[in-house]
Parts: sequence; structure tokens; C-alpha cells
Amino acid sequence: MSFIKCECGHQNPEGTDICQNCGRPLSKEEKSKRLADMRYDGAAIRSKTHKRSIVDKIWNFFSSVKIGVSIIIAILVASAIGTILPQVFYVPATSEAQAAQYYEDNYGLFGKIYNALGLSDLYGSWWFMTLVGMLGISLVVVSLDRGIPLYKSLKNQRVDRHPSFLKRQRLYGEGNVQDPDAVMQKAAEKLKEKRYKIREKNGALLAEKGRWARWGPYVNHLGLILFLFGVMLRALPGFYVDESMWIREGEISAVKGAPGLYLENKGFSFDMYTQENTNEVFSEAIDRVGSVASNYQTDVALYETPEGALPGSTNAELVKEYSIVVNKPLKHEGFHIFQMDFKLDELSAMTFALEQKESGESLGELTVNLADPQKEYDLGNGAKVELLDYYPDFSGFEDGEPQTATPVPNNPAFLFKMTTPETPEGETSFVAIRQTLEPLGENTYKLAFQSADTRDVSGLTVRKDKTIPVIALGGLIFMIGVVQGSYFNHRRFWIRKSDDGRIQVAGHTSKNWVALQRELDAVTEHAGLPAYTDQRDKEGHSDKSEGVSNT
Amino acid sequence: MSSQQDREKKKKRQQIIRTAILGVLAIAIIYTIVVNVTANEDIVEVGDEAPDFMLVDLEGNTHQLSDYRGEGVFLNFWGTWCGPCKKEMPHMEKYYNEFKDEGVNILAVNIAESDLKVQSFANTYGLSFPIVIDKTKSVRDAYNIRPLPTTLLIGPDGKVKKIIQQEMSEEEIKTYMESIMPS
Repeated sequence: MSFIKCECGHQNPEGTDICQNCGRPLSKEEKSKRLADMRYDGAAIRSKTHKRSIVDKIWNFFSSVKIGVSIIIAILVASAIGTILPQVFYVPATSEAQAAQYYEDNYGLFGKIYNALGLSDLYGSWWFMTLVGMLGISLVVVSLDRGIPLYKSLKNQRVDRHPSFLKRQRLYGEGNVQDPDAVMQKAAEKLKEKRYKIREKNGALLAEKGRWARWGPYVNHLGLILFLFGVMLRALPGFYVDESMWIREGEISAVKGAPGLYLENKGFSFDMYTQENTNEVFSEAIDRVGSVASNYQTDVALYETPEGALPGSTNAELVKEYSIVVNKPLKHEGFHIFQMDFKLDELSAMTFALEQKESGESLGELTVNLADPQKEYDLGNGAKVELLDYYPDFSGFEDGEPQTATPVPNNPAFLFKMTTPETPEGETSFVAIRQTLEPLGENTYKLAFQSADTRDVSGLTVRKDKTIPVIALGGLIFMIGVVQGSYFNHRRFWIRKSDDGRIQVAGHTSKNWVALQRELDAVTEHAGLPAYTDQRDKEGHSDKSEGVSNT
Repeated sequence: MSSQQDREKKKKRQQIIRTAILGVLAIAIIYTIVVNVTANEDIVEVGDEAPDFMLVDLEGNTHQLSDYRGEGVFLNFWGTWCGPCKKEMPHMEKYYNEFKDEGVNILAVNIAESDLKVQSFANTYGLSFPIVIDKTKSVRDAYNIRPLPTTLLIGPDGKVKKIIQQEMSEEEIKTYMESIMPS
């Protein structure tokens, strides 16, 4: 590392703009400016102090604000393009190949390229994650690179800066006064009253307040880094679950995404407001639309298998019973199970009567539970019905064999064998809804449909998100940083008397120059300081590097 | 100590800190990307240890996957209503009889259908290999099975050798069974 030696004898690291000891301008660029660049108080930002190894080169790359802004713009542009076509999870496809086909079929060549580039699954594409990761690195490096030198510079700042430093501040005044010591003392009094911290040394005075406002951008970055870290955690196993499941009344099913947990659906209810059970509140709406839902509820029992139990094992123990209603999820071990959807009235059982066709005489009834049909139903008195086969979703015959399209009892059909004292050999009957076939010849008996029972199906969503506290904390710290940097200002005044009775006064603030001027006006009036001017007004252009110190 | 040496030391320390910070960030980001990109919906992948489970077959016998360690397991997830399952099951039966003495087992896992339906299916196709029913769908979830049929070839070492998410032809079934035969 090379050093720049200032006239005052202080060794400054290479890249320093303003001597960290006395405040004289050091760099050529700084010397050419009329006003001092106070962004990092003239300290050398770290990336300028070394330039050699690969690590330094990478460090310097990420420490550039230009690079940081470019990364943000790239992320914004990619996100915008990602909204042009629907993302892959909205596309009716179960495999990658199907999705690729969908994009090509529906959106042509553009769709094909779009999908190939990973724009169809933007947040899951490696290059998008790389960009966000680079933003994270940029935030860390930029904060360290600028924050640490700024901190050191402000912590070690001298009270008696060189006259040229004062002269180059935006608010500056100089002049002769009668009694410099009295003026200095009165100024210090007034500044103290305005809650400035005063330091005096060798006839120079430094008044400072609100230095912590300078850390705003770094606090802000810390919040963002924490936020990104929280999002990153979602990728790790065990931190984030978002699944949905269907469960029928009476069923016990494993909870998706939560190994070892089982849920029993003890009943779903769907209630409405009617004219009878509600007072005035909804009556207008009921008149208009006919009905208004009042409640969706699934009564469940939650079971858990002991630690280390295998999938499929049946030794689960009851944890609790609960009624899940909208916005009141069942909570257990970080899992939240929400009421999300429902299907009403799926067939669950069918009742038939065994009847003599001619006389219509009934030998008894049987009820087939569609979830667990039995092989044989004994009706007593020597009459029995055997269930040879069952087709939950009968879709027609194929090679003489009845077919079922799905395992859901949408259109149940049965192959029965009926045995009675009158027909000891047994008769075979194929019974479907509104259809009865007698494949092995004319029968004496028939199974007459009597009634059907139905059950409802609950759609539940299983969620677990352990990253919420981290993300929320990141958001909070981010906001604190914004407030810190935006609504508070770091204000400083330098006052210096020289032996010949001249007084110099200079002022600087990170933001809100009007307020600084008002304070200086009050101090000037009270103490009789020489009049000051805003030197930027004279320059006739705005100094872009000042003022916008946030981000 | 001279200030020159001091400075050299400081520079070295800073270099180490920078390398460490960049290194940690790079590792965290690369890890996240790798996990995200490789984590498709398949929980179980080729090369993984097949998750152990315990299910009861139609005869009431309990089958635990890890009990078959040392032999190959042809793990087939199926449904009675699924057309391709009906086509491949008779071929599986044929090669089951051929390979069962060579140390290759078939475990057919039905997803939560009724005993009667599964039994009648087994009778219709004359299936003699063990058929277990995953009543609570917990094994389906542990393997995250989506399309039926899905077949996993599990080697004698308990590791998944291949995952087949479609109907298999007679020749394929034979080749697959040979591939998980203990040597």
C-alpha cells in the first residue's frame, strides 16, 4: 500500500481525497474542486487502497456503485420480462417436457426461447439467482468498503482543520471581529443550546450533532442482506413447505410435506347466511345473490407417529382435535394447515334391496361402503349377496371387461352374485347407475337401488415457513435505516480564529441545508460571527455528489 | 517495530479478511443455487438411499423395505384403474417367477384403494407377488410419486438405481430385473 504524505506530515492511504488529519485537499481532482467532497469525509474508500491480487480485483468490481446499480437494473428487467408469459406453475403441465411443449405450442418460437432461457421459471433459474446473489455480495462489499473508512474518519476527525478545509465548505464566512474569544465562547453557548457536541482545541471549535444519521445507508444495507439471507434459507430442507392436499370425510391421510403427521377428516361443513339466521346485515346481499357463505370448516384429528417411525406404520398417537376454519389454521410444530377448498357430496355409500323381480318381495337390504366394500353381505334367511368386483368410476366395457377411469366414485358400478334359497346356484348381476345387466342369463332376483350417502372433500394447504422472522427482522432494520438516513442529518460547524483576530466559520450537513442555515443564522446573530454565504449558489451548478448519500 | 512492517501486516490481514468474506458469500450463494436448481419435485433421486417404509400386504404380512437389503427390489407404484398398470402387471408376474430365486423381489404398492378392489385385481391377473396398500398415502409422499405407474429399481445395497415414470415393456422389465440382481 502506498501513502500520500500531507503538508502537515500525516500519512494518508492512497486514494485519500482530503487529509484525514488537517483537512487539506490531497488528490489532484480534489484540489481542482472549489468545494470539498464530503461524501466519505474525503477518506480513501477501501477499493482504492489496493489494486493488486485477484481478490482485490473482485472486491473492487463489487465495490463499484455503478456495478451495484447495473445489477439492480438487470434484476428489474429480468423480472419485467418474466411477466410477459405465464410462469411455469400456472401452466397445465406435470413435467418439464410437457411445459416446454406447452410454451412452444402456445407461443411459438418466442415461447420456446422464453422457456429455454429459464424465463418461464424466473425465480428458479440459475442466472436469476446468481444476479440476486451478486446483489448480495455487492451490498456487503459496498457497505464494508465505504462504511468502515467513513466510521474511522469521523471517529478520528480533528477539531483544528486547516483553513483551506474550512474555505472549501459549502457554508463559509470569514471576517474580523472585536473580541474573537468572546465570539467563540458565545457561539459555543448557542450551539450547545442547540444540542451540538462541542470540542475545542488550539483556538478552533468543532460542533457536531446527529452523526449516527450517516450510518443510515449501512443499516439499510444490513436489513437488505438479512432479507436476502432469509430468502436463501427457504432453499434449505426443513425451512419452507407449501403443499396442498385433498382429504375426504372419514379418511386418515398423511400430511403432505410433514413426514410423521397424519390428519383425519372428521367432517366438513359449509354454512350459509339465510334470511332466517341472520339479522339485517346480509339481507340485502342475500336478496341480490341468493346466498352468502358464512363458514367453511373442517373438523380434524391430528396424529403423530413416534420419532423415527417408518412411513406406512400405523402406531400414530392423537395429538389434538381441531376445527380448521378460514384464517384459523391448525398449528403444530411450525406447520400451519389452512382451509382452502372443498368439494361437496361425493358418493360414499349405496343401499340396495334384494328383490324378487315378479312379486317385488324384498329379502333385505345391504349398504355398500364405497371406500371399503365388503366381499359378502349376509341378508339372513339363507339370502346373501357377494360383491365380485367394484368399479368406482365406470367408463364402459373393453373386451367385455368393465373399466374404471379413476379411483374416485363418480359413477360406481358393481358386479354382484345373489344367492337365495330359491336360487342356490346364485345369479350374477352387473349394477351401474340407471343400468342393470344380466351377463349370465335372465335372473329371478334383482338389486334395487334404495338410497345413497355422500361425503364432502376438504382441500387443505400445508405451510411451514421458518424464514419469516428473519425476513421480517430484515424488513424492520431496512426501514430503521431509511428513517435514520432520511429524517436525521449529520450537521457540523467549524469555527476558527487566527492570531490576527480573523474568524472563519464553515458548516456542513448530510441533508437539509435550509435547516443548517437557520441554525447558523441563529448562532451568527447571537455571537456576532462574520456573515457566511452558500458557496454553491455562486458556483451556479448543483454538486451531484452531495445530498444524495442514501443507497 | 517500524511502521513499514506494521503496514505490511495490516495489509496482509485485510487481504485475508477480504478473501474470507468473498469466499463465505460465494459458497453460500453457490450452495443455494445448486440446491434450488437440482431440487426438482423428486424427493428421491437415482443414487439416493431408498426411504424405508413398512406396509401390510393382502395376506396380512408386514413388508419392510430394509428387510430386503442384499437383494434387489422392483418397487412398483400402481392403481387398479390405471391402464398401463394393467398391461405391465402380467409381465411383472412372469418375470417375478423367473427372478424370485435369483434374489429379485417385487413390491407393488397400491395407493389407498379398497382391499376388495385390490384383491379382485390380483385375482383377475393371477398376481402372486406381494401387493401392499398405502392407505394413508404416506409412502407415496415419502417418494413423492406423481404419475402412475412409477417404478423404482432398488439395488442390493438399498440405493435407487433407476426411476421409471411410464409403462414398461416386457423386455424392459426383464432387463431391469437383471440390473438389480445381486452378484
